[in-house]
Amino acid sequence: MLQRISTYLYLRPGLVLGLLLGPPLVYMLVVYLGSLFNLLIYSFYYLEEFTGLIVREFTLRTYAQIFEPANRDIFIRTAGMAAAVTVVDAVIAFPLAYYIAKFASPRWKTWLIIAVTIPLWSSYLVRVYAWKLILAQEGILSWFINLLQLDGVLDWLLSIEAIGGSSLALSPIGMFIVFSYIWLPYMIIPIQTALERVPGSLIEASSDLGAKPLQTFRTVILPLAFPGVVAGSIFTFSLTLGDFIVPLSLGNSKFFIGQAVYSYQGTAGNIPLAAAMTMGPVVIMIVYLLIARRLGAFDAL
Amino acid sequence: MPSNSSSHGPKASWGLKLAALGGLLFLHVPILIIFLYTLTPDETTYTFPLPGITFKWFGIALQRADMWRALVLSLQVAVVATLAALILGTLAAAAVYRSQFFGREAISFLLVLPIALPGIVTGIALRTAIGGFDIPFSFWTIVIGHATFCVVVVYNNVLARFRRMQGSLIEASMDLGANSFETFRHVVFPNIATALLAGGMLAFALSFDEVIVTTFTAGQQTTLPIWIFSQLSRPRDRPVTNVAAMIVMLITFVPIFYAQRLSAQSSDTEGETK
Repeated sequence: MLQRISTYLYLRPGLVLGLLLGPPLVYMLVVYLGSLFNLLIYSFYYLEEFTGLIVREFTLRTYAQIFEPANRDIFIRTAGMAAAVTVVDAVIAFPLAYYIAKFASPRWKTWLIIAVTIPLWSSYLVRVYAWKLILAQEGILSWFINLLQLDGVLDWLLSIEAIGGSSLALSPIGMFIVFSYIWLPYMIIPIQTALERVPGSLIEASSDLGAKPLQTFRTVILPLAFPGVVAGSIFTFSLTLGDFIVPLSLGNSKFFIGQAVYSYQGTAGNIPLAAAMTMGPVVIMIVYLLIARRLGAFDAL
Repeated sequence: MPSNSSSHGPKASWGLKLAALGGLLFLHVPILIIFLYTLTPDETTYTFPLPGITFKWFGIALQRADMWRALVLSLQVAVVATLAALILGTLAAAAVYRSQFFGREAISFLLVLPIALPGIVTGIALRTAIGGFDIPFSFWTIVIGHATFCVVVVYNNVLARFRRMQGSLIEASMDLGANSFETFRHVVFPNIATALLAGGMLAFALSFDEVIVTTFTAGQQTTLPIWIFSQLSRPRDRPVTNVAAMIVMLITFVPIFYAQRLSAQSSDTEGETK
């Protein structure tokens, strides 16, 4: 019996392909893309203020709401945070990625790569929570700053209107630290992959031709590793744009995109506005991906 | 893992070593802080240094039925989502590996979308669809959400393994008279088994601690990450959260570590970027 089914299928590769591809394709198309498309449609509906009901007719007025000053500020604030996190992550990631790619012995390399990838897969929420403990007013970081007698510096930082707050745990500075921490592995791995592909002979040639180590770094290594930085920035940027857990647990009253979407669809019940606002990160990411592809970042993924 | 030029060339400078060590510590020390805080006797604040040492929170956590219910739900969801991902991911990988067809390149793109786009997009899209079709929130709505982003992990691992497997093995098996099913059981499956294991464990870890999509698809149900998240804003027995966080870390660490080891041993690099 099995033999006959086997022969039957062997003679019909198209049918086999359909049987293999059917279930995953149907699932992703219907459940995932279907939902995304449905969300896109909702962003063209609007919420009737008085009744609180969603009016299902095509309109652009919900998109117009995004450009109101309050919402525009949310976009600028979030994009600014995402950009800052990306830059700092690149700076922290580079030395570690460089060491792993070019100096670690093969044995160490395996372990270092495992050490970098474990936080990538492990609980994102728990890692945010760890910082809640560290940044708390009486917590370990304040204790350490106090030990170094830098309280004045901290108070001054926290008093700055745009980035400060009542304590580190409730300020944009705190969020910035946590975002940088959470997304760091996403930056290390693509940079390491890119550096891995820089031939050792090229570095030797550079130093043979008389370049100082710093010169070699600037003119040979950095340009060749740049696609890796761009690839990493796709993740750090996109993940910061859409996150609402960090702003909800560590932010102050100033909204970020994810948080705004969360509250519009939740308490406010304004699904059209929430949908329109999610299209923001989606469009930003598509533009970003197109630019990244031109810079050759996809080869480093 | 390709290892070129690591033995020759100049030695790493102290500055580079220090910066690399700093990055590594920044990645790992914060987690250890949680373990430390499970021992704090301080209920209301996060005072450091700890005012003392106590083990009572483990006992109190044991009696918190709400936490255990959340843990059990998370485990059930993760198991079912992983099974779904294993089946769907393997089917997709097999299809892409063995046939040329129109839109083949688009498959990878489609599968990777749920993790490339911010989680909130997937979450709110599913929530709107669930609400729009009046589907009641249930165990299955959580599983459906998780499966969307777990499939790609299995797919990547299995496809990479297929590509390194020699096609002649399958031909030899068929030539020797095995039918497709026998070939799958005796040749293909043993070859992809560790890739399935690695992909499955990563999918399990992803699902077990996912919070963003889950907030939108869970309705009134509480998975362990959602329980922890609600504790952040409305704490009851605050240090119990530390114990719960530690449990999550330990439950996800083992599969992640093994999956990474498996990948490193078979020199797969496909598990690297999420």
